[in-house]
Amino acid sequence: MSSIARVERDGVLSPSPSPLRQGGEREHLTAENAEDAERRGVDHPSPSGRGVPARALAVEVVKLTRAFGPKPVLRGVDLALEQGERLALFGANGAGKTTLLRVLATLARPDAGTARVGGLDVAREADAVRRIVGYVGHQPHIYEELTVRENLRFFARMYGVRDAAGRAEALIARMGLAARAGDRARTLSRGLLQRLALARGIVQEPDVLLLDEPETGLDAQAFGLLRDLVEERAVAGRTTIFTTHAAERGLELASVVAVLARGRITYAGPAAGLDAAALRTILDDSAGTGRGR
Amino acid sequence: MQVARETTGGVAPPAAASQTGARRVRTLIGATPGERAVTALGLVTGVCMLVTIWAILVAAPVDVVQGMPFRIFYFHVPVAWVTFLAFFIVFVASVAYLWRRDERWDWMARAAAEVGTIFTTVTLITGSLWGRTIWGTWWTWDPRLTTTLILWFIYVGYLMLRSYTGRTASGARTAAVLGIVGFVDVPIDYLSVTWWRSLHPPTTYVQSGLPASAAGTLMFSLFTFTLLFSLLLVLAYQLQRVQTGAEKLRGQAEG
Amino acid sequence: MSDTNMTRMTTRVNTTEISPPGVGGDGALGTASAFARQVMAIVAKDLRSELRTKQTWSAMALFALLVLVVFNFAFDLRVENTAAVAPGVLWVAFVFASILGLGRTVAAEHDQGPLDRLLLCPVNRTVVYFAKLIGNVLFIGVVEVVAVPIFAIIYNVPVALGGLVPVVVLGTIGVAAVGTLFAAMAANTRARELLLPVLIFPLLVPVVIAAVRATSALIVPVARDAPWVGLLAAFDVIFLSISAVAFEYVVED
Repeated sequence: MSSIARVERDGVLSPSPSPLRQGGEREHLTAENAEDAERRGVDHPSPSGRGVPARALAVEVVKLTRAFGPKPVLRGVDLALEQGERLALFGANGAGKTTLLRVLATLARPDAGTARVGGLDVAREADAVRRIVGYVGHQPHIYEELTVRENLRFFARMYGVRDAAGRAEALIARMGLAARAGDRARTLSRGLLQRLALARGIVQEPDVLLLDEPETGLDAQAFGLLRDLVEERAVAGRTTIFTTHAAERGLELASVVAVLARGRITYAGPAAGLDAAALRTILDDSAGTGRGR
Repeated sequence: MQVARETTGGVAPPAAASQTGARRVRTLIGATPGERAVTALGLVTGVCMLVTIWAILVAAPVDVVQGMPFRIFYFHVPVAWVTFLAFFIVFVASVAYLWRRDERWDWMARAAAEVGTIFTTVTLITGSLWGRTIWGTWWTWDPRLTTTLILWFIYVGYLMLRSYTGRTASGARTAAVLGIVGFVDVPIDYLSVTWWRSLHPPTTYVQSGLPASAAGTLMFSLFTFTLLFSLLLVLAYQLQRVQTGAEKLRGQAEG
Repeated sequence: MSDTNMTRMTTRVNTTEISPPGVGGDGALGTASAFARQVMAIVAKDLRSELRTKQTWSAMALFALLVLVVFNFAFDLRVENTAAVAPGVLWVAFVFASILGLGRTVAAEHDQGPLDRLLLCPVNRTVVYFAKLIGNVLFIGVVEVVAVPIFAIIYNVPVALGGLVPVVVLGTIGVAAVGTLFAAMAANTRARELLLPVLIFPLLVPVVIAAVRATSALIVPVARDAPWVGLLAAFDVIFLSISAVAFEYVVED
């Protein structure tokens, strides 16, 4: 069950045999995206079809724009991702990576365009989206005065997990937090806090997990936990999207790669066959295009 | 069009001169129908204001007891009416904004709040001047005065909120909520202050039954000040539109 | 061991369906009991957090006492004045302390919204509003429990507790109803602590008037007075319903 994505000319990621290809997706083809595709050498090969049954895309973003005040941050993002993919989202600071994740997590509303998660609209069906999305941002989004265990139990309850206490214990064991489970979150080191944040992000076993620069502050052992988590999720058909600056670590985790520059997706392709050097060339290239406008 | 003809032709000085003149008129009265409408509104307001001032200061009768200071009444009442009209518009535009999410409603709410706050200030000042002459005191905790003062605080707060949030969608929504809650607060304020003051002797007001000429002056003054308010509202609205556009362009240029 | 646990959890689920494991269905969350359960879970969490540090309560209570003491110097409190001034002093102390506490709850430790942690969860925004409201009422309530006896002693006012309790409860709900909404509003701005009192005081005037009058009537009964306790209850209902509806618009981004 290898998850290989095929990149179409319109910058949409999806495995080749997908009924959606013939459907509405084509209309998102724009001159600019066609240019991008040309520059990076047209279609990437699709070594194997996954034989995934037709179902909602994990993430489907169409012409998404979002500004903060007068400053446009996302300027028309198009992105489609099959379930079970592991997407590494690269891009310079201020490219809009965090904003894109916040839109998918329903923390920021789109100004225009649509974003769907598991077929659900983030603006109109926000509550349903929240149930299937996990989000780990720059902030750990935990309560500092509560213990590790209390935090996880609280969030499990908020997500309506039936056995909240049991779920909390499983997550504590899973993230290697057992020794500190009774300590207040405030007393945790940065790395342990990040583990707790990760545990909070997957408290309801989300179909789509959004991680904003998850590898920062993680030691080698914790990074291993993260990698195992992401891979297990992929095997189970669950999607993970993460932003990152680290080319090597990002490629290690990812099945597909996308680059966001100045509020647009400027590159999208499978991670297989990309090495860090090639990726850096693409990144520099995107940054250049973005600046030139 | 004109410019093109001038530069390419360039031979006929009389025609060019008349066209420059036409352009001058155009910048004066506005090039589009909308701009001309604003100019017309401005002219009508100006004329009406002159008539109103003449009527108030010369033609209108004066209260026997109060004498000349009674003339403040003809300014005060229309300005106070405009104050409440302005905040009603803030309320309606705020509801419309939350409902439709169209930023034009937000500009309208903000414009009405800005103009309304100025009129509230004038209401308080003219009311205070008038009160000094008829009640012998600059200020009294009469329900109307008190409510107007609270209103002033609410909308100064509204403008502060707007300046602290910047032109963001979340700022606009927050302000809309304040515009709604603040307006709903007005009758409650009035009610509670009335009951609060009920322990004290009631204040005397202008007796009913104004003579016809006084009522006429008051009506005309009401009309004029409503015109003035409309003019200022339109201008403030246009300013909002232009400022938002300018900030967006700047954002695009920098972003 | 835990790893196999996790794997089991994930593989057990039919991956073709978008439905998280072990998570209650949509219908259950919509019911009133689920609403109450979520509200209470948030309240319990906030209380537990606060009990650990006691920062907010202690500062609020201390501040309320300070106001009582300072006003004692500011006003000439001879016996015949006390009944007229004391209720006002009491409510000014309560309102000041409340705003201090409300400001604390929005003084964001983070750059991003302080409510994000809750807003990420699939809970109705009205749940968040009522949870924060109950939390604020309890915070202010504890301050009042401390301040009222001390008020009675240092102002030498006979306090009829039976009458005072409903007045204080209703007044506190009014302050907290508006305060919870405005705290969230102020959190959207750059100058949170500055803006909160500026926005909230004018709107609290009706509640303060009614509460002060009702308290005065307990000390020196007034003939033919307005039904202040009833009015206070009416104001609460109005402010509560508006704020509960408006909260959603204020917290969304």
